[in-house]
Amino acid sequence: MNRDELRKAVLEELSDVAPDIDMATFDDRASLQDEYDLDSMDLLNLAAAVHKRLGVNIPDQDYARMRCVADLLDYLQERV
Amino acid sequence: MSEFTMPSLGADMDVGKLVQWKVKVGDRVTRGQVIAAVETSKAVLDVEVFEDGVVEALYVGEGTEVDVGTPLARIGDGSGKGRPGPETPSPGTTKPATEPGETIGAHARPEKASKEDRPLPSQPVSAGSVPADNGGHAAERILASPAARRRAREAGVDLSGIRGSGPDRAVVLRDLQGTTPGRRPAPAGGGFDREQMRATIAAAMTRSKREIPHYYLATMVDLHAAEAWLADYNQHQPPEKRLLLAALFMKATAMALARYPELNGHYGEAGFAAAPQVNLGMAVHLRGGGLVAPAISDTDKLSLPELMQRFQDLVRRARGGGLRLSEITGGTATLTALGDRGVDTVYGVIYPPQVAMIGIGRARRRPLAVGDGVAVRLAVDLTLAADHRVCDGHLGALFLNEIEQRLQQPEAL
Repeated sequence: MNRDELRKAVLEELSDVAPDIDMATFDDRASLQDEYDLDSMDLLNLAAAVHKRLGVNIPDQDYARMRCVADLLDYLQERV
Repeated sequence: MSEFTMPSLGADMDVGKLVQWKVKVGDRVTRGQVIAAVETSKAVLDVEVFEDGVVEALYVGEGTEVDVGTPLARIGDGSGKGRPGPETPSPGTTKPATEPGETIGAHARPEKASKEDRPLPSQPVSAGSVPADNGGHAAERILASPAARRRAREAGVDLSGIRGSGPDRAVVLRDLQGTTPGRRPAPAGGGFDREQMRATIAAAMTRSKREIPHYYLATMVDLHAAEAWLADYNQHQPPEKRLLLAALFMKATAMALARYPELNGHYGEAGFAAAPQVNLGMAVHLRGGGLVAPAISDTDKLSLPELMQRFQDLVRRARGGGLRLSEITGGTATLTALGDRGVDTVYGVIYPPQVAMIGIGRARRRPLAVGDGVAVRLAVDLTLAADHRVCDGHLGALFLNEIEQRLQQPEAL
């Protein structure tokens, strides 16, 4: 899976978790928590969705790698 | 046998619209079954029936807006006998249906029905076995909905001088307003209408600050044990089975509420009534604005994984639609956690008719005195806003202390 495909999958799952985010103008470098108002449950749900879809189990201690989508993609690319 | 009435979403809901019947006359229903969808000022909600029986009649058609307390359907044993009439709604049919002390049809001076009265808004959808009228019975009373009574009382209006347009000529809210309520836009997206939600929150919070003498307490809780336990637990779980600290806060709070019933219940016109169970409400921030505080029943009796799963489900439905009315009205105390939003301390405003709001701030590392030294530990500010009419700060302090102690033994939660 290349980065574009990965990004598409992650954004689809993200829009499931937070349907109000406008994906057309999404900024991969913006903080999910501060910029897109995701709380700890949203992040957990995103991690669960990523686990289900991509088979990557992000442990609790790696949540820092989910700061923004660009970071998450870096993380996932090493593991998918 | 009883009447299924338009339930109240809260003390500030006066009317509701029957959006959809999910049953028809003759259907057998069981306690807890969703039988209707009701649109309130906050959302479209699924409404459950609170007894077993057979739907004998549906009084109100879909799309009809009626006052809180108005009979919507009759649930019986199927025989259709012994109808008490819609002026005596059973308080057991919905929970909590109306404010204590308010029922339709308290005794008062008689009122003659007039032919010029507007047509009944709530003719039975299926006449079924509904008796034509309850005869002279009605002529001896002034029928009025709880909302109309409250409004009349507040406005100092004598109900006997009002011509009723509700079922059986009952005086309903619109008779006091002079206009028909309900030109609301349909709720958006997840079933919530932003503007109305703002108005509902405004009304509830205004009432809270006007009527409830709040007292506030705060304490800092060392989360060292909770954090270690949680990390160990989550390490062996896939993301979908992991717990959040919030689940530990909820369980510890619910257990403490079970021990201190003065903080768990409702304050109505007859004063405070402690609740027999702990239904902890969770203040859920809705993305894009707004707030709703649905409750999880018997919170103190759920295991942490069960509680976490219920909490996730609740947040999903709060944001996406599908909350049940019993979840909105059934809360016996509420927890608000603004920690994710980066504030250290939150002092809540009590959600009436509840009497306590527990606040959880941001869990962050702080220097704490541990033994003879100083350690950097995860800690959180735990707060209580409580109703001084019901209890004093001394009890509130014991309560917060109880939560703190329970959080020191996460394995026992």
